[in-house]
Amino acid sequence: MDTERTYGEVATRARESFKGVERIPGARKQDPILTADNVRREFGGIIAVDVEHFEVQKGSITALIGPNGAGKTTFFNLLTGFDQPNSGQWNFNGKSMNGVASHRTAALGMVRTFQLTKSLTKLSVIENMRLGATDQKGEKWWNGLFAAVWKGQEAEITERADELLARFKMDHMRDEYAGSLSGGQRKLLEMARALMTNPTLVMLDEPMAGVNPALKQSLNQHIRGLRDDGMTVLFVEHDMDMVHDVSDWVIVMAEGRIIAEGTPDDIAKNSAVIDAYLGARQGQSLLEGE
Amino acid sequence: MDWNLIFENTLKGFIGINAVYFAIAALGLNVQFGYTGLLNFGQAGFMACGAYGLGMTAHYFDISFWWGIPIGIVFSVLLGLLMGIPTLRLRADYLAIVTIASAEIIRLVVRSVKFKTYFGGSDGINGFSDSFRSLGNDFGIEEADEYGFWPFKFTGRELWTLIIGWLLVALFGFVVYKLMRSPWGRVLKAIREDEDAVKSLGKNVYSYKMQSLILGGVIGTVSGMIFALDRGSVQPDNYSRDLTFYILTALVLGGVAKVSGSIVGSMMFWGLFTFMDNFLRQVAKDPVSIGNFTIMKSTQVGQLNFILIGITLILLMVFRPQGVFGNRKEMAFDGH
Repeated sequence: MDTERTYGEVATRARESFKGVERIPGARKQDPILTADNVRREFGGIIAVDVEHFEVQKGSITALIGPNGAGKTTFFNLLTGFDQPNSGQWNFNGKSMNGVASHRTAALGMVRTFQLTKSLTKLSVIENMRLGATDQKGEKWWNGLFAAVWKGQEAEITERADELLARFKMDHMRDEYAGSLSGGQRKLLEMARALMTNPTLVMLDEPMAGVNPALKQSLNQHIRGLRDDGMTVLFVEHDMDMVHDVSDWVIVMAEGRIIAEGTPDDIAKNSAVIDAYLGARQGQSLLEGE
Repeated sequence: MDWNLIFENTLKGFIGINAVYFAIAALGLNVQFGYTGLLNFGQAGFMACGAYGLGMTAHYFDISFWWGIPIGIVFSVLLGLLMGIPTLRLRADYLAIVTIASAEIIRLVVRSVKFKTYFGGSDGINGFSDSFRSLGNDFGIEEADEYGFWPFKFTGRELWTLIIGWLLVALFGFVVYKLMRSPWGRVLKAIREDEDAVKSLGKNVYSYKMQSLILGGVIGTVSGMIFALDRGSVQPDNYSRDLTFYILTALVLGGVAKVSGSIVGSMMFWGLFTFMDNFLRQVAKDPVSIGNFTIMKSTQVGQLNFILIGITLILLMVFRPQGVFGNRKEMAFDGH
């Protein structure tokens, strides 16, 4: 499978950082940027997420996979403050994130995208991008009227936005309404907009859903590019080819828990994972009798 | 049929004081509803804050009339906080329910017998606009004199209110226009589209919604003040639900999320209304009868007028849903 893949320096380093890591659920990493302990979320009687221990290695691309209803998106929501767990704690960059509001997580350098793309359809592409920039002086209402206060910053932001759009090959759509973009372009826009916040951790919820095969290749490139620029990427995905292609480490969830961890090659051979996806033991819980 | 009279009155409807206070209130509502997507059905409540702020200052607090302006604004900021704190974290519908109820509560409290000493009950508060009038006289616009030429003929009293009113429309139009082109306005427009996306980019959505609600409310308050100054009185039943919905109608007529839409929509609303009213009155003056069936009686003018306005609006919504100034292209992306 790796025939045509060559690894860059950063990618090699990222892969090597997993050398000594055990292939068990909840494995300890060398230098985790994000950790979670005993995070539990119940909806009525259903336990959606029950993660004992979870770590994301800094500077790597980590994939979070699992069958439908495994709790991946719920876990994402908990980590980013969009939902509150019943119990548990989690840290980002050594800072406890319990009770941190969703808008504060972005300011701390942890940005997410959504499974159902949230492009702001009635704003132009460039306005979508500008919105992503943090700490804008002009976003204070008392400054709004005085363009002189924020014009300089706005120009900087626009320059950065244009660079990112060019990198994502969206510059020709710059002044179009985001509503006129195709599904795949919206995914790109959402990713580019998230980068405007200057994140250290990018969390992508199903970046490939509804994207055509040609665009998937370039999305893969972009995700690798994020790591090469020093960011950490955590993504949820169903497309196994893509997971195998881009990720350095894979964490598998089923029924709200982490059932396996390892490199993409390990995971491809893991019987628990194959069972989880293919349902080898039908009617039996995935957590029993491995 | 006196076409001259109809023409004169219609023109006055277009630029008259009703259009002025509607335009200001619609600008405020536009900040909330048009740009931020907040369903404020209680704009009348904010207007009442302004009107009673003025009225109570003169009548009850017994201090200079001009204090009424900041007092009215403080009232409306408090009202905005009161409405916003419990509801802005919830879905949009909750704000709609709370605002419509709050505005009604305000109206019922100020017209209640129990608080008659403070608010004047259902008679309201009268005779507090003397300082405002005398300021007009100082500027050389004599209250009792006639100014202008046909068809623009106004008494000094009307003219003074109109000048101040249109200056305020221009001021708030400019403020809203500038703010909505700033990064602050961009955040509001983004919230209208998708709150979660804005949250994920690190903006405190709750705080922005509160700012929008209060700014729109304060603009509405100023509208209520102009209305009260023009009448020289505050009456609780002027601030009922219909007022909010007529303003909303004017806003939609002109086109939401456009400054020009709020202003021209209000002018058109009153222009159309005055034209229909005058036209139908002229028809009723000289009734056409078939046997003992009279086609138009003067008592039917009011009802028929509202029916026709309603039909006009329905037609507008069918054939031009974005309003007169709205952006068709924006409308097209409604379904995401």
